[in-house]
Amino acid sequence: MTRSRVEPFPGDPAVTPAMVSEHGLTPVEFGLIRRMLGRDPTFTELGIFSALWSEHCSYKHSKPILRQFPVEGTHVLQGPGENAGVLSLGDGWAVAFKIESHNHPSAVEPYQGAATGVGGILRDVFTMGARPVALLNSLRFGRLDERRNRYLLGGVVRGIGDYGNCMGVPTVGGEIAFAPAYSGNPLVNAMCVGVLREEQLIRATASGEGNVLVAVGARTGRDGIHGASFASEELTAQSEARRPQVQVGDPFTEKLLLEASLELIASGHIVGIQDMGAAGLTSSSAEMAVRGGVGVEIDTARVPTREPGMTPYEILLSESQERMLVVVLQDRVDAVVRIAATWELEAVPIGHVTGDGMYRVRHGTRVVAEIPGGPLIDDCPTYAPEATEAAEAVVRRGLPAPRAAVAPCEALLALIGTPDIASKWWIYEQYDSTVQAGTALGPGGDAAVILVPGTHRGIAVATDCNARFVLLDPYEGGKAAVAEAARNVACTGARPIGITNCLNFGNPERPEIFFQFREACRGIGDACRAFETPVTGGNVSFYNESPTGAVDPTPVIGMVGLLPDVSKAVPSAFQAEGDHVLLLGTSAGHLGGSAYWALVLDHVGGAPPPVDLPAERRLIDLLVYLADERLLRSAHDLSEGGLATALVEAAVGSVYGEDGFGATLDLRPVGPERADAILFGEDHGRALISVAPAARDRAYALAEAAGVRVVELGRVTSASGDIALTLPDTTCRYTARELRDTFFGALPAAMQTPAMGG
Amino acid sequence: MTRVAVVRFPGSNCDFDALRAAQRAGADAYFVWHRDNDLDRADAVILPGGFAYGDYLRAGAIARFSPVMDAVAAHAEAGGPVLGICNGFQVLCEAGLLPGALMRNAGQRFVSRPVDVRIEGVETPFTASYEKGAIIRVPIAHGEGRYVATEAVVRELEADRRVILRYLENPNGSIGNIAGIVNRGGNVVGMMPHPERAADPLVGASAGHGVFASMMTSLERLKQGIA
Repeated sequence: MTRSRVEPFPGDPAVTPAMVSEHGLTPVEFGLIRRMLGRDPTFTELGIFSALWSEHCSYKHSKPILRQFPVEGTHVLQGPGENAGVLSLGDGWAVAFKIESHNHPSAVEPYQGAATGVGGILRDVFTMGARPVALLNSLRFGRLDERRNRYLLGGVVRGIGDYGNCMGVPTVGGEIAFAPAYSGNPLVNAMCVGVLREEQLIRATASGEGNVLVAVGARTGRDGIHGASFASEELTAQSEARRPQVQVGDPFTEKLLLEASLELIASGHIVGIQDMGAAGLTSSSAEMAVRGGVGVEIDTARVPTREPGMTPYEILLSESQERMLVVVLQDRVDAVVRIAATWELEAVPIGHVTGDGMYRVRHGTRVVAEIPGGPLIDDCPTYAPEATEAAEAVVRRGLPAPRAAVAPCEALLALIGTPDIASKWWIYEQYDSTVQAGTALGPGGDAAVILVPGTHRGIAVATDCNARFVLLDPYEGGKAAVAEAARNVACTGARPIGITNCLNFGNPERPEIFFQFREACRGIGDACRAFETPVTGGNVSFYNESPTGAVDPTPVIGMVGLLPDVSKAVPSAFQAEGDHVLLLGTSAGHLGGSAYWALVLDHVGGAPPPVDLPAERRLIDLLVYLADERLLRSAHDLSEGGLATALVEAAVGSVYGEDGFGATLDLRPVGPERADAILFGEDHGRALISVAPAARDRAYALAEAAGVRVVELGRVTSASGDIALTLPDTTCRYTARELRDTFFGALPAAMQTPAMGG
Repeated sequence: MTRVAVVRFPGSNCDFDALRAAQRAGADAYFVWHRDNDLDRADAVILPGGFAYGDYLRAGAIARFSPVMDAVAAHAEAGGPVLGICNGFQVLCEAGLLPGALMRNAGQRFVSRPVDVRIEGVETPFTASYEKGAIIRVPIAHGEGRYVATEAVVRELEADRRVILRYLENPNGSIGNIAGIVNRGGNVVGMMPHPERAADPLVGASAGHGVFASMMTSLERLKQGIA
């Protein structure tokens, strides 16, 4: 193989050991690079390695663990390793989806950080050839009594809203929680779901010697340089200085890029396409080349830039938004430029595919980087760090029950008045959730259900993670995150078919963090096997640490389900007076790790409830069957806050009208002896359903036949009626008004903003 | 066949929704790109919602300069039905085809929610199939939906009964709870709510279908009148 003479770009600094360390590479890694090249790297090459060997791009601490996830299944068309996973929906239809974090940018610049997180995940989906049909987001912040956290939440919500709203992709769901550990390091995870015909599926692969690399979309600027490396370090007091590394989003250009990309894919002029996301042009070009087993040569002097004088280093590492790299058949470049122009976008040839396997960068005639492509991507060392559970975690798990300082009936009101449990309407009202006219079930329920345009099919989608459970028991917590997501999807009547995950943890080089990661992943893998929901991809976000410590371990699960007939989608709220209210599943009254202990009694401790995977699977199968037979009027999963939360949510209706119902229920048959264990226990494998009187016996019989315990609690009463809950030694009574005021008023009050939008 | 042009600006994002709602009502609906200055023999025109040109200046402020708007104005001038939904309403106001303007919501936030609106005018091509006074629940989703106009204009709108849709509960601070209006000629309608998002029984909503059904009936009558 002939090697070119590689020269530093004029004006670039010399590579020193200090500079290597600033680029996040260890001396051992630098030694590997020197051996690979047979010389010292140029500054440009150092930048390339720094980006591609960052945790964010290389997964060097997580790869061996992620390999244990189940990735195969009947629906899988594309598993991990691409921009997004793809599952078959039958009849040639498919769903592409992925979740990704934008935590660190959002910590220093919440509006742009969140907005560009949404932009990035949208591009990941439409580069697969899919039209985005839904967005979700999973958020974690510190408590809202701190002004900084209110500022962060407000900015993040505006950023998510402005980007998704402008793009015309409905934001239909997600979840949010608050805990002190997120104060210095909020989590902002965005998920996108897209729909495509199987024949449109395209991959981020370069092929065909002589084919042309074309940059489409926005020009390259100096923003976001080293964003991938920034994402791979802990946040410090100096992180504020990273603000210029946060990219700026332009959803209008992104909308044009979406339309142009889908048209290019349909045109047959291109063989591969990839978003210039994390590590920009570097990672998109190198990854496409290596996937295709080819080389590429790029001329950075031809890349359209926003400002003059940008160096190859800057051009390669810029994370300017709304850019795509497309591999075009050599004789179709003009056609591609014309399509881009229709959408008022630039498309400029910047390089070509070669047969020598080298990743080569020129600036004009000078070769500034030449690295063997395969080793560049594949030879980044992987690490298997030490994993030991923190002694503190063991102690926390063993803590005894706290003293119940609040009577159960009052505790219920206190619980539904916390921002964690209260309605999130204040947030999702700022998101367009109905654009595309396919939202069958929108935000506020268990899972959102979206119509697949042109069909009768529905896609159900939910994101979930109870980080408190993961903190107290990473293995059970990992299982629980998958179980809850699957349950949420199944409550709408959809069969769960696959997941994506966003694994948010602290510094993996600390044994107690790596223990959390390893065990949570083991739990996720076991649960996914039990539910036959393979992992199709996702994102690992390590180094979520601030000077006050690591975030709670938060492996967020994005679950997708298939509903063959969208008209059978089941809502989560009561629908009609006189309906029977049934509880499915077994209640042991587990309070360890519960929201009741944590949020009402200020006690984070105890062992979280174990997940009985076969029982969970039986419940899921039953819910799907009942929905398919149209026997369910409503179904609502039991999770945070237990039966109490589920009942309130099912009864109060929406914030926009007096559309709730009362209920008179006897909770004594639920099982546990204590009232607080009945109301607030968080045992898994349970759902609250309501059925019409005529369907009651059949639903009951089917549940028993399926091996799912069923308990009848009572009936739905009049619209906007009161709620009465009979417990072993008391009866809790609430008016619809006080439940509504508490449940809908808590979040706006915590944000200190007027209650009504508009 | 009744021909309905759905105009696409760069940044339109309710274009497919409007197209499908019109098709569901039986129209031969098709897209017209903003650079075209020919509506291709359209019987009616829909300006869909979205963020034309990103709305970075002011909603609809740049879109009104698109070549297609000359054709839309000519169509309106000749008495042809025109419907602007959300951003389309904003564009019609900016283009002077409807009076008033849409400003930032009073609450300063984007608002996406269902609203109840009363149909107050049934003499337009887009509301004729509703009963006067009917209340329908349809979604809104906008950051700039607060209808404003001079006192004289509002007086005239009210006196001429040209406020055709009114919010029961004001979500954005619009003057007089105005959600939709019609021009003097009775053929150009603008509304902030999205009827096209409540026009598909498959997703459990059909209250907005009447807007497109009205359009079809009215165009049918118009044709018979001419013939």
